[in-house]
Amino acid sequence: MNFELSDEARMLQDGLRRYLADAYARPLREPSDTVWAGLAEMGVIGALFPEEAGGFGGTGWDIALVFEELGRVGSPEPLLDTGVLSGGLVAAAGGDVEAVIAGGTRLAFAHGEPGGRYDPTRVDTRVEDGRLTGRKAVVAHATSADELLVSAREGEALTLWRVDPDAVEMHDYPMTGGGFAADIVLNDTPGERLGEGDATEAIVQAQARATLALCAEALGLMERIRALTTDYLKTRKQFGRPIGTFQVLQHRMADLLIEIEQARSAVVNLAGNVDGPDRDRHVAATKNLIGEVARLVAEEAIQMHGGIGMTDEYELSHLVRRLTMVDHRFGDTLYHLERFIRLAVA
Amino acid sequence: MNLDYTDDQKAFRQEVREFLAAELPARLSDKVRAGQALSKADHEEWHAILNARGWLAGNWPKEFGGTGWDAVERHIFEEETTAAHAPRIVPFGLHMLGPVLQKFGSKAQQDHWLPRILSGEDWWCQGYSEPGAGSDLASLKCEAVRDEDHYVVNGQKTWTTLGQHANMIFCLVRTSKEGKPQEGISFLLIDMESPGVEVRPITLLDGGVEVNEVWFSDVRVPAENLVGDENKGWTYAKYLLTHERTNIAGVGFANAGLQSLKRIARAERDGDRALIENPHFAARIARVEIDLMAMATTNLRVVSAAAAGQAPGPESSMLKLKGTVIRQEINALTKAAVGPWAIPFQSEALEGANEPSAGPDYAMPATRTYLNNRKLSIYGGSNEVQRSIIAKTMLEL
Repeated sequence: MNFELSDEARMLQDGLRRYLADAYARPLREPSDTVWAGLAEMGVIGALFPEEAGGFGGTGWDIALVFEELGRVGSPEPLLDTGVLSGGLVAAAGGDVEAVIAGGTRLAFAHGEPGGRYDPTRVDTRVEDGRLTGRKAVVAHATSADELLVSAREGEALTLWRVDPDAVEMHDYPMTGGGFAADIVLNDTPGERLGEGDATEAIVQAQARATLALCAEALGLMERIRALTTDYLKTRKQFGRPIGTFQVLQHRMADLLIEIEQARSAVVNLAGNVDGPDRDRHVAATKNLIGEVARLVAEEAIQMHGGIGMTDEYELSHLVRRLTMVDHRFGDTLYHLERFIRLAVA
Repeated sequence: MNLDYTDDQKAFRQEVREFLAAELPARLSDKVRAGQALSKADHEEWHAILNARGWLAGNWPKEFGGTGWDAVERHIFEEETTAAHAPRIVPFGLHMLGPVLQKFGSKAQQDHWLPRILSGEDWWCQGYSEPGAGSDLASLKCEAVRDEDHYVVNGQKTWTTLGQHANMIFCLVRTSKEGKPQEGISFLLIDMESPGVEVRPITLLDGGVEVNEVWFSDVRVPAENLVGDENKGWTYAKYLLTHERTNIAGVGFANAGLQSLKRIARAERDGDRALIENPHFAARIARVEIDLMAMATTNLRVVSAAAAGQAPGPESSMLKLKGTVIRQEINALTKAAVGPWAIPFQSEALEGANEPSAGPDYAMPATRTYLNNRKLSIYGGSNEVQRSIIAKTMLEL
């Protein structure tokens, strides 16, 4: 048992933290080609892939480390979608991810459908003779993707297809946390098959790793929000003294700190189990806990800031918007509570 | 990063399991599992078994007759003993006084008192709280006045756990009224059989008697029983509190409680289904289990930092707080799970005196444990005091 980072991991963390501090010296709320190129050059995308795929990491610990750092600066880069979710699926199917690791190709995973909510198997898009027909909903970072990965039913089997973004109809809109998403219409659209056999398990596995990335990002966001809120409590004066001297706020802040430590432990648990036999129970437990704590931290941070916490201009707004959206991907608090009950309680 | 135990640690766990299978008397583990109160003789029997194996003082260095275990080994021992429903080790001599004597006591005090803790010759209790000094412990008034080679002690201590079994008490006493309240406190060892010591039991809301008032009237204590320097007792007490908290998360108790809760919820009927199939009840179990999974890892993170030589810090406040909230929630759910069978008043004092309830055995301790464990968030620094410690030290507010 060892909770210390290895020397390599420590170097990656230090380098990444320094780079991000510089890159986000003026906070960026939208994805930036410069930052993306910088991440690729540092090897951050490669850290998400195992050696056999051309990367130099790819464990749960690597994912957790990278995304916590991105969370700390509220980075809106499509690294989860490109590197963990779509890139993970391509690599798992034996596809080439060299261009992804080099930063040249960005990917988006068009999987969820209208009415599908959080069920990863609820896919009605059909494929016949290599041509896809159906609708996909809220495809994150679809408009900036060089290539789409689309799930579709071929007979009963759930299959994956590479699709040219220019060949589909996209209805795009900004996301609450930054970047753009799109609803996608496929109408006899040509695709190229990725991998063989049924892809359900591959999708569940990629989503488990993406859930880890999202939870680690939430942890980083919460750490930054905690720091901002603590600073504010020390500097904001009312009734002639810093509001952080009021015990009611001290105790609420102490509770936040405890819950953020719980969140850190939940991320550790998932990082250590995401590729193991107890994966599903840990995905459910961690995503549920992160959802609960994220809501508490977001709401308490705004409340303790008062009016300034409501303003768009202040740094907190972007962080809170991203944190609030964590519960809306890969299953929310209640979805995972029910899964946990099925797996561990009932 | 790595969540696996080393081969040595796994082998140690196996050794503890084999020891418990061979040496833990079923009579004791049955009592613990059923939530029955243990007698003084029960505790002494278990201490003697552990002492014979050399495992009684898990947190003492070898030079004082302890095991020399690191924090991870102590954690494994704690996990295995609670899972096997072994009696808990009575902490006052072993976990509280022992470390203070080892750090601040004289050679003569160490040589005299430490072996007697291991052998069970002395049963220690703790004299800290007073009627007017709870969370504000430094305001304590119990007074010790130097009279040549003795101190003369007058005053009152309260909430003295298992004081009815003890022959010795370590006390914080006021030796000076100058300066800050913290600066006039001394750490004194008092023989409970001295003239002028009176112990009065306090019956608690669960019907049990585990705490006492202790009164001192002109009690003469040899000056050699002063630990460390006069008026420095507050420093020693704070040291003791950090030691007391290293195992404060109570992960072992929480896990045992959760397993028991699930067994009860599977056995209890809720209409046509088992109670555990009630989605509302299952959701509450799931929430506390998820919290416990994370807290167990927080505990391991702190344990493993301690094993690497880092001093326990304010993290112990976080563990104390979260650990007690989780255990109290499990207790509340267990009481809820037994339904109407929670109503019979199964107090320790009435054991054997009334008609036994027709309810299942597992229902017996549910209410009593729930009521008794309200203490968890009060003792050892209330959860509100812990929040203030966290705010001051970790947030620097």
